[in-house]
Amino acid sequence: MKKIIFLLLAACSLQLAAFSQSEMYQKKMGETLTLLDSSKSMQDMQEVAAQFERIGDAEKTQWLPYYYAALTHVNLGWRLQPEEKDKNLEKANTLLKKAEAIEKNAELYIVEYMIALQQMTVDPANRYMKAKPVMDEALANAKKVDANNPRIYYMEANNVFNTPAAYGGGKDKAKPIFEKSVELYKSFKPASALHPKWGQKDAEAMLAKCSS
Amino acid sequence: MKPLLLIATILFSLALSAQVRITGTVKDNKGRVLAGATITLKGTYDGTVSDSLGNFSFRTFEKGEKILSAAMVGNKTVEQKINIAKENIQVDFVLKEEINELNAVTITAGAFEAGDKKKATVLSTLDVLTTGGANADISAAVKTLPGAQQVGEQEGLFVRGGAGYETKQFIDGTLVNNPFYSSVPDIASRGRFSPTLFKGTVFSTGGYSALYGQALSSALILESIDLPEQSQASASISPLFIGGGFQQLSKKKNASWGVNYGYTNLKAYFEIVKQTPDYFRVPELHSGDANFRIKTKRGMIKYYTTFGTINTGLRRPDIDTPGIKDAFGIDNLNWYNNLSWRESFGKGWKMNLGLGYSLNRDDLQQQLQDQQNNPKSFTEPWLVNKNFNIHQRQDLSQAKLVLEKKLSGISVLRFGGEYQYFWNKSTYNGYTSLLKDNFKALFSEADLYITNDIAAKIGVRAEQSSIIDKANIAPRLSLAYKTGKSAQVSLAYGEFYQKPEVLQLVQTTNLGYTRATHYIANYQRMTKDYTLRAEVFYKEYNDLVKTVPTYNNNGTGYAQGFELFWRDKKTVKNLDYWISYSYLDTKRDYLNYPGQLNPNFAAKHTVSVVTKRWVTKWKTGFNFTYSFATGRPYYNLSMNGVSGKMEIADQGTTKQYHNLGFSCNYVPTLGKSTKNFIVLVASVTNVLGADPVFGYNYSYNGARKEAIGLPAKRFFFIGAFFSWGVDRTQDAINNNL
Repeated sequence: MKKIIFLLLAACSLQLAAFSQSEMYQKKMGETLTLLDSSKSMQDMQEVAAQFERIGDAEKTQWLPYYYAALTHVNLGWRLQPEEKDKNLEKANTLLKKAEAIEKNAELYIVEYMIALQQMTVDPANRYMKAKPVMDEALANAKKVDANNPRIYYMEANNVFNTPAAYGGGKDKAKPIFEKSVELYKSFKPASALHPKWGQKDAEAMLAKCSS
Repeated sequence: MKPLLLIATILFSLALSAQVRITGTVKDNKGRVLAGATITLKGTYDGTVSDSLGNFSFRTFEKGEKILSAAMVGNKTVEQKINIAKENIQVDFVLKEEINELNAVTITAGAFEAGDKKKATVLSTLDVLTTGGANADISAAVKTLPGAQQVGEQEGLFVRGGAGYETKQFIDGTLVNNPFYSSVPDIASRGRFSPTLFKGTVFSTGGYSALYGQALSSALILESIDLPEQSQASASISPLFIGGGFQQLSKKKNASWGVNYGYTNLKAYFEIVKQTPDYFRVPELHSGDANFRIKTKRGMIKYYTTFGTINTGLRRPDIDTPGIKDAFGIDNLNWYNNLSWRESFGKGWKMNLGLGYSLNRDDLQQQLQDQQNNPKSFTEPWLVNKNFNIHQRQDLSQAKLVLEKKLSGISVLRFGGEYQYFWNKSTYNGYTSLLKDNFKALFSEADLYITNDIAAKIGVRAEQSSIIDKANIAPRLSLAYKTGKSAQVSLAYGEFYQKPEVLQLVQTTNLGYTRATHYIANYQRMTKDYTLRAEVFYKEYNDLVKTVPTYNNNGTGYAQGFELFWRDKKTVKNLDYWISYSYLDTKRDYLNYPGQLNPNFAAKHTVSVVTKRWVTKWKTGFNFTYSFATGRPYYNLSMNGVSGKMEIADQGTTKQYHNLGFSCNYVPTLGKSTKNFIVLVASVTNVLGADPVFGYNYSYNGARKEAIGLPAKRFFFIGAFFSWGVDRTQDAINNNL
């Protein structure tokens, strides 16, 4: 009996080992993504970011874990005090660089844009001149690689929306860009269940705001 | 079925028992709890993040020898080998604080950093451009900071009891010999360099780095911009001047070149705004500049040259003889060149090389004239010298090399040397003198960061000047200690030497260095929205040049005082303001002073209030600057024929100084175009029309005195600036949001 159990156990663990690199990854990523959706507090978000980073470090050849780790840092960064933002963005940037070392794609360019944008908001008066070309280039690169990515236009539209009307921004100018983004979201198919698909609801909500 | 169930149960319980719990704490080397540190079991998905108390806990199925790491931004990552068997594991991490520029304390005693170089920004280029009444002149904007006097009758920064020539300007490390346009007596001139050339400005009111020398009181350290953001053409037009330029950025964005030209003529302006002096040659200026910048492998080469001429002449009534006028004329030519190369060589080595050549030629004439403007000559000894012709040419060639080696963390060691060859030929009424100086300096300085909270800058500088054939060694030391998240205390000490002025060296080269010792203590609290600075200082002056009875180095003096600075960008929406206050107690015995006197350029109390208000709806910014200073002393010093000593024949204190400056800038293109940019500027100095008195000129016999005031009550300016090709709309928005 003991022997059987042992053999079974051995077989089980062998099998476990066999799909650890793919199925375990899928499973763990799926779980962490669910965790990301439900995380509200800073602590939660930091934990999720750390988990993505660990997956990335363990996998070494997957850009998605690093991408989500960087993205989560950017998202939680908006809630930090200006003095703490730089430190957090430095971390986000390190993660982004790791992802980019594996693959360069539009989603990563979008994160690059988001990092530059947030860095600029810490001290706009002195950082704008340097940040602006970086931001422009990031979005231009994203478009070059994947012109139909709806998140590019969502980002762009947000920026226009937040610029006062007197300076060529405002909701009227942002509206057509949001429209384009929402349109593209309708036909957008993520490459896998793990690939980024965020932003659709936000873009729709913003479009509604522009129309009201 | 039964055995299977059994197996499943066994497997499940086995799995549970196989899981090991890893717990622990994370602290820094000072015992402070670290929340949010990432704990990773390397090579696996397992790990966690430390909670707000620095505790962590997670379970793992992994077995055997593994590495557990703890990482936190701003601290050094620690890895620990653990052997996972059956028992739970406890690991306590101590993560040493990593010293980095983002967190480290900066030495602020005596220095106002401006620009984006460091996180600590007091004044940016845009601040200089939008300081009401400053007319985009760097020195005028710097005058609103504590430490500087409101001297209006001559150019230069008079800092903490120091004369204007005791403040030196440096561009990319090298000395600027003639930073201001040549001026006529009793009228201050502007600086030669536009604030837009620079990305960083450090206004040091004392205690500065061993990299700089030959400035007894203060240093204005300017760092030029690197590559422009985009290619652009620009033009400016005003009733006073026209200008145009072009800047080309290479496609690869690794090099650029540019040229600019400007022409100023005040004829039309003087027709409308009457001036007290009678200008027989209305000020006329030509200025051109050119630059190139090349990105090297790990550095940058920059070249900047500017060429300018100024020509003007004016008549004022002679103070000694009724009905006679002094007609003074000036013709100046200046050529400035600066080539700098900075490069990183890896392994922590960096280099900064600066080469400079400048030439300045002044032709000055003064003639006594009668009411019909015909030349008159006199035989009275005090009038003979009023007819003069001066021709002066100054050349300065220099090279400066600074090597930097990174020590541990962000601590660095800098050392290097500089060489200056100074050549001055002046002819005064046919009498010629030639001065040549080979000036050499060696310096070394270490920035030591003991922790993120304590830093020291230790430096020494040795100089030798051939013209006076003397050497000196000047130690410098400053310390900074962080007392809170955004607060810090700094201390600075230093010895400063300066060669005698050219006009003194023309008389005799048998002189030594003038010397000052600075002691400064500073407190600074700075957040994104507020800056508070308080500083106390004591300075001792020794070996100042005296001109009586013969030229000697027996002058002495002191200066002490305190200064406050408050800037607030937040409390009132869209309003940015700062307030500076300086208290100064100073006396010096120099030149022809009969003893230690409060020098005539130093006021006891000085206050500046600068406000900037942007009105989004009108796309216009409104900027006011109000400056106040208590009266300055003035003296009529004369030689007592009996005792042969100087004495004060008359003295007094001028009335208080008030000046309200205003400027507004309207940006109509905001939002309309992304490529073209227009800004209209209007400004006026002395809005309230006060009649400032900066001092008095005395007649030779002391019977008459005349107030030194402004050539015209107010200075008005309107102008339009255009640029094509660069989107600066966003710039304006973000600067004003």
